[in-house]
Amino acid sequence: MRKYTPKDNVQAKSYYTDRFWVAPRVPRAAIEAGTHFAEVLEAMKAYAKESYIEIGTLVIHIDAKENFEAIKTLKETCGYTQCSEQSAVDYLAQDGEFELFYQFLNVKEAKRVRIVCRIKEGEAIESIVPLFNSANFAEREMFDMFGIKVNNHPFLKRILMPDDWEGHPLLKTYPLHGDEFASWYEVDKIFGKEYRDIIGPENRDPARIDRYDTKRFSRVGYEVPFGEDITEGETEKPVEYSETLLVDYNKKSGKQLDHRK
Amino acid sequence: MAQHQVNYASTAGLPIALTTVDHLVNWGRSNSLWPLTYGLACCAIEMMASGASRYDFDRMGTIFRASPRQADVMILAGTLSKKHAEFARRLYDQMTEPKWVISMGSCANTGGMFNTYATVQGVDRIVPVDIYLPGCAPRPETLQYAMMMLQKKIRRESANMKKNTKQNLRLV
Amino acid sequence: MQQPNKLTPFFENLNFERDDNTMVINFGPQHPSAHGQLRLVLELDGEQVVKAYPDIGYLHRGIEKMAENMTYNEFLPTTDRLDYIASTANNYAYALAVEKLLGIEAPRRAQVIRTMLLEVNRVISHLFFLATHALDVGAMSVFLYAFREREFGMDLMEDYCGARLTHSAVRIGGVPLDLPEGWVEKMVSWCDKVDYEVKNTYEALLTENRIWRMRLEDVGVISAEDALNWGCTGIMLRGSGIEYDIRKEEPYELYSELDFDVPVSDRCDSYGRYRLYMEEIRQSTRILRQLVSMYKESDPQLMAHAPQYISAPKEEIMTQNYALMQHFVLVTQGMRPPKGEVYVPTESPKGELGFYIKSEGEPYAYRLKCRAPSFFHTGVLQDILVGTYIADVVTIIGSTNIVFGEVDR
Repeated sequence: MRKYTPKDNVQAKSYYTDRFWVAPRVPRAAIEAGTHFAEVLEAMKAYAKESYIEIGTLVIHIDAKENFEAIKTLKETCGYTQCSEQSAVDYLAQDGEFELFYQFLNVKEAKRVRIVCRIKEGEAIESIVPLFNSANFAEREMFDMFGIKVNNHPFLKRILMPDDWEGHPLLKTYPLHGDEFASWYEVDKIFGKEYRDIIGPENRDPARIDRYDTKRFSRVGYEVPFGEDITEGETEKPVEYSETLLVDYNKKSGKQLDHRK
Repeated sequence: MAQHQVNYASTAGLPIALTTVDHLVNWGRSNSLWPLTYGLACCAIEMMASGASRYDFDRMGTIFRASPRQADVMILAGTLSKKHAEFARRLYDQMTEPKWVISMGSCANTGGMFNTYATVQGVDRIVPVDIYLPGCAPRPETLQYAMMMLQKKIRRESANMKKNTKQNLRLV
Repeated sequence: MQQPNKLTPFFENLNFERDDNTMVINFGPQHPSAHGQLRLVLELDGEQVVKAYPDIGYLHRGIEKMAENMTYNEFLPTTDRLDYIASTANNYAYALAVEKLLGIEAPRRAQVIRTMLLEVNRVISHLFFLATHALDVGAMSVFLYAFREREFGMDLMEDYCGARLTHSAVRIGGVPLDLPEGWVEKMVSWCDKVDYEVKNTYEALLTENRIWRMRLEDVGVISAEDALNWGCTGIMLRGSGIEYDIRKEEPYELYSELDFDVPVSDRCDSYGRYRLYMEEIRQSTRILRQLVSMYKESDPQLMAHAPQYISAPKEEIMTQNYALMQHFVLVTQGMRPPKGEVYVPTESPKGELGFYIKSEGEPYAYRLKCRAPSFFHTGVLQDILVGTYIADVVTIIGSTNIVFGEVDR
């Protein structure tokens, strides 16, 4: 039977995991009273669902519907005047949700806060561009990479991929090498579909070697003209592998059984 | 082209040199290759370095031009993304004949380490390439060696470009 | 006249005729002074820019997707290709993020070497900025002079790691090699040379140069508030009068022990930023000189001792069974960091370079986001280009010092 590969996450996976392996968690610290983070949390009390300090950053989980108000409070009350980064993490396979994070910096205190919220697939999020212009490009990138719609964004358009691209590359369902559309994109666009046969499919195998190919690589210092025959009378032979590597030990061999009897 | 140099002493003072048209035309073409500054990624920095003070590309008659109309060689230096592919082809089409292409670096040759959805897996899928230049990123010396190989190649070609095999393979 | 067909496609120019009498011009994606593959669609009224629309993504290579499909150590050489002017800054930012996630710290000597490499890279990057910026503005000879010193800096990097551009000279948990013999002395003499050239060549040529000042002064003005709002970091932020250097404010590596100043300019324009770049080169050489004695005092250990995550030194692998087994597992499966997320900012030559890593306890990162300074500096172009003249556009692009490897990733 063919091995089942899950379609909802086609990214690389570890080929072996110990059955009893339980991944530890990065320690999370509680917020101590009297610190700057405690003040932030006090101001954000109305929105914070969960909060902790993870590796020096205050992480606040909020409801996705309140993101604009929460971030406005963070900016105006707590002095977090720069939005350094904004993007999403794909948890569609596990929970059917995206996790969105906003990374903020307070220049005066030199402290960083991460606001985290979750939205369901197909839901939209409110844009924070009126508060932080830096979110303009970041939200467009998130839309491009994950297909998350952003309400009230001034110019929500693909940013990194071409406008006529199909699919959202950073989804876990999108393969690293691209889909059918991606593999023929430049050929279709420049020459047209009828040239697919002439140009041929992409070579995605980095280990492929064609030793009689003079079109591409030749020995340095012994370059030959394009298409010249370098076989020197040698006939093309398929690559031979060592016998010992190909022995199938699972195959039931009658001879061994005979011996045992 | 040393064999065609005029030696006034031995040729009885006659300022005449005998050569074929092919040789003469190719001599001119190969010694003034003007590349198009087609910097795409990291290799572009090494391309700039080879044009700058230490490596001094100008001594080989190679002067970078910013316009495809003035260029003979297109040095595709760096990763060609799928979004950019049509522009690369457009600039190639805008160059005047005769024209050659050097694919500089692993990304341009085969896609290199960027075996991903967004990268063209070798620029030879969209433009015909004459010289493939390995390395990530290739050193400026490598680019100069590639340029010398291209000069050798041009000298071997027929001056009438229509006879060249490359013309028949223009598709890929 | 070129006939349109599929093979030699016929590309229409952008629509020039518009109702409101403005002209739309297309700048890039292949323009010699676009610093890579920036495409700007500019709407012009006469010679003044009415609207600017930066179009990026022409160098999108899917690096964040690759990170999800590679083990942590495999991904490290890919980070070289982000900001390829100063590769070690990327290697280091990534390695630091993973180290924070693992909870390990590099040994003292590795820290010294890393800081040295970071500062050498900063000088290389700033010299490159000066060369290209001056070339864009029209000062061709500065390009040649600045590349001369840059080549000597690249020689230093080559002596250390063998590569000129893509170094991969930092590993997760330390550095792979000790400095070669005589490297420190060479570096110090290079610092002297750079200092001399900065003072007597670049600044002598440019700082009081009338043309240079006319082209740069009051061009590309960003107010302090705008700079923060648009996510500007590094020199773009310090050029607008906000003193924020991650090396000082959130110190990592050895920066808390080192003595250096953070130059700030209130001019908010390209000229102020140029002065800051020059000053930062001096501060970098000052840091490099301080590191020499630190290097000599440190123990020769180069990689952190964390057998769960990092292979033992080669001698132990070759002689001890357990070290060999650990090495085999780490190479074939990759290290498994604990579950959790981390965002680590570092001060790269361009600005705040941060890596956000979300780990699910697997050998592959669940999500890796590279916070690239140039990405946000490209975003600010749509604001600061409006109202400038077309001749100043090139100056402003040069002054933002964007590198497209990390804009598009």
